Amino acid sequence: MKKNAYFGLYIVMAILAVLPFIVPNSFYLDLVIRMAINAVIVLGLNLLIGFAGQISLGHAGFLGIGAYASAVLPTHFGWHPLLAMAAGAVVTGLLAGLVARPIFKLKGHYLAMATLGLGIILNIAIRNEAQWTGGPDGMPVPTMGLFGFELASDKQWYWVVALLLSVSVWASLNLIDSPFGRALRALHGSEVASQVVGVDVVRYKVAIFVMSAVFASLMGSVTAHYVGFVTPNLADFFHSIELVTMVVIGGMASVYGSLVGAVLLTALPQALATFEGWETVAFGSILMLCMIFMPKGLVPTLAAKFGKGD
Amino acid sequence: MSMLEVKDLSIHFGGVKAVQNVSFSIDAGIVYAVIGPNGAGKTTLFNLITGVYKPTSGEIRLDGEAIGGKSPNELATRGVARTFQNLQICMNMSAIENVMVGAHLRLDRNLIKAALRLPTLKKRDAEARAEAAELMRFVGLDAFVDARADAMPYGALKRLEIARALAMKPRLIFLDEPAAGLNPKETIEVDHLVRKVADSGVTVVLVEHDMKMVMNLSDRILVLDYGKKLAEGTGEEVRRNPDVIAAYLGAHA
Repeated sequence: MKKNAYFGLYIVMAILAVLPFIVPNSFYLDLVIRMAINAVIVLGLNLLIGFAGQISLGHAGFLGIGAYASAVLPTHFGWHPLLAMAAGAVVTGLLAGLVARPIFKLKGHYLAMATLGLGIILNIAIRNEAQWTGGPDGMPVPTMGLFGFELASDKQWYWVVALLLSVSVWASLNLIDSPFGRALRALHGSEVASQVVGVDVVRYKVAIFVMSAVFASLMGSVTAHYVGFVTPNLADFFHSIELVTMVVIGGMASVYGSLVGAVLLTALPQALATFEGWETVAFGSILMLCMIFMPKGLVPTLAAKFGKGD
Repeated sequence: MSMLEVKDLSIHFGGVKAVQNVSFSIDAGIVYAVIGPNGAGKTTLFNLITGVYKPTSGEIRLDGEAIGGKSPNELATRGVARTFQNLQICMNMSAIENVMVGAHLRLDRNLIKAALRLPTLKKRDAEARAEAAELMRFVGLDAFVDARADAMPYGALKRLEIARALAMKPRLIFLDEPAAGLNPKETIEVDHLVRKVADSGVTVVLVEHDMKMVMNLSDRILVLDYGKKLAEGTGEEVRRNPDVIAAYLGAHA
């Protein structure tokens, strides 16, 4: 980790500060907000996949828990949205911890299988519990109120999300360059070497898995309140894969790669919309070409090319 | 009382008895070497004592406490460090970060404090970095303090492992073939380094094929053959032992 790693954070903050004044219309502002929300989720997921070397194929499920906690609890039980958001995060954290602990005692790709299954189960639960969740049609989400002031306009949401993103980038950079973060990267680099210096690998894997799941849940809640409507698609398998793809395209173990991956893959479907019906094919081809020609992801590949560390 | 006591230690992998009823003890402050032909069970013995493998039977005691079957990270808390014959360097990290990981147990590993970069943690981390740089100089890696691990030559990586182990501030260190694959000049440097480590008060257990280095450094030597203890004693005793001569030179020598 180079000393100037934080320089990128200032650039990100500068971009975030001017963006709302230069986006041409509300369509683009909405796109930027969705990019930023995805970026926060991908940052958390990259800590798990890129830095700790563990894969989750069910992160959209955790996102779904957060989103539906924010939809169901205030609507049916009259909970305060912030309380509902916290409850979603706690349930997600407990569930992630419960699933992860036994799995991480095994070696191999069991986590990928287990999270894949968990994500699918959560999605089915959301689709089937129609009396609570609205089933496949989804349900509306009440607006988020903060200290007597309603978060309603896109401009307001933009600043909230921009703040969340800046703090997440800062916290991720901090974490990577700390004893905790080094232990994570070490167990990825050599599990046995990290064990013999005293790293309790199961505990660290569980901790980062729970943390990234909670990140996804919180951002699921934010998405729900921002969009004002939730559907089970938020929590489906394809969304999980989309999130993993953002990590991989942007660059594993790269904080700024997470941002680039989230921005590109959130924009790509919009840019490909003119291909009508062929956009999935185009999407897939771009991903394949990316993997063939820059398997390390965009940011690490470009950083290596121009001789600058991440 | 000995620092490390091993009694009737065995491990079987299916039908293969990799280590059979091996007993020995190591006093604090000495350099103890384990030698034997390839496949004799030296690395397996290291893996058993450092918790990478669980023994099938037998006892391992560190300062009287039974440690057989404890995990490597539990042993690390008791001051046991090791290096690996086949390098185990984290290539996804810089050289100095590899050494800093060695100080893991002596640093504040709190996740929240780390994410918020609290000043106390930041200060301690800067100290850890300085300590790690100091250790890299101690093992002769002055030129690699700012290097990436994946850009370092093999000989330097061997020493980086030693620096990482030393960052634990261990009482007992297991070095698995520290001179393997090194040229004669590098071998002599590692020989001096092991001496320096031993002189700093750390008990050293060494697996090594370079006999000159073993004879030069070791206070006592354990000879293994086919997973069994063949002989144990000082360099002179071992060298004169007829069983050892037979094992190394063939029975009819």
